[in-house]
Amino acid sequence: MIDTLIDITLLAFLTITAIAIIRINNLFVIIMLFGIFSLHSAGLFVVMDAADVAFTEAAVGAGIATVLMLGTLALTREHEEKKVAHRTRLPLLVVLITTIALVYGTYDIPSFGDPAAPAQQHVKPRYIDHSIEETGVANTVTAVLASYRGYDTLGEVTVIFTAGIGVMLLIGGRLLRRNRREDDE
Amino acid sequence: MKHNLILRVIAKYLFPVIALFAFYVQFHGDYGPGGGFQAGVILSVAFIFYALVFGLETTEQVLPPYLLRLLASTGILIYAGTGVATMLMGGNFLDYDLLAKNPVAGQHLGIMMIELGVGISVCAVMLLIFFVIAGRGRS
Repeated sequence: MIDTLIDITLLAFLTITAIAIIRINNLFVIIMLFGIFSLHSAGLFVVMDAADVAFTEAAVGAGIATVLMLGTLALTREHEEKKVAHRTRLPLLVVLITTIALVYGTYDIPSFGDPAAPAQQHVKPRYIDHSIEETGVANTVTAVLASYRGYDTLGEVTVIFTAGIGVMLLIGGRLLRRNRREDDE
Repeated sequence: MKHNLILRVIAKYLFPVIALFAFYVQFHGDYGPGGGFQAGVILSVAFIFYALVFGLETTEQVLPPYLLRLLASTGILIYAGTGVATMLMGGNFLDYDLLAKNPVAGQHLGIMMIELGVGISVCAVMLLIFFVIAGRGRS
């Protein structure tokens, strides 16, 4: 009961924040609202018992991403450019049809926490029953991420590493240049 | 923010607390929520907070960019190196069972190793991206 109430409140806040992000054209305010949006999502994940995901969302979405976007904002202007007026009828039609299709699709999704859902049937019971005796790690999420799916996690870290390299190659001239000068001396 | 005395004092006291929490998340990830990724992000947040208050140059004296680049690659090397080590011991890639005499102890050791690698790599990459974006336009 109280879970449902918190869910409804958080989802209402999410919707309000999203609408505000669309309406406002001051970029600083929008970045702050994005941070609030992430924090609300983190709250929703906690209600859904996904503490690890909530942790990541709060640290990355509300923390790092906000700081990085503020840093980017310092390089650009504070207001969005005025949009050219477009015809709205065709885009509205496309959005409406997509919405109807997506809402229709939700009828086939099993309800939250349904034990008969395909996602709960495949390998999950095995992880829950055997992960402690096989890995000695009490947090099943850690056991799955680091041991059963260790290869995938290696890929994820490589993605982050590649992102860092990409940013440095594209706009990191200062860091690379200063080092080269030090090497010359 | 050179003249914000209160902010500077609070930042000095908060830095160790955030860093300590990051290490707690790193090494307690076996039992509680979190793990290497979250710990790396939190540790990088501590340094970003420091940089916001004391300036980029001060932080770059503590953590020079070349060190961060080294750390970013070291993390991935630890991760992949654990996998290669298990292969050299005659198992599959990232087959932690062989790292110790007892398979469960091996699994535990392997998970600690790769979480450490993830933490180091993520922290260094996040800081690198922050340094690049925050330092742009002042070269």
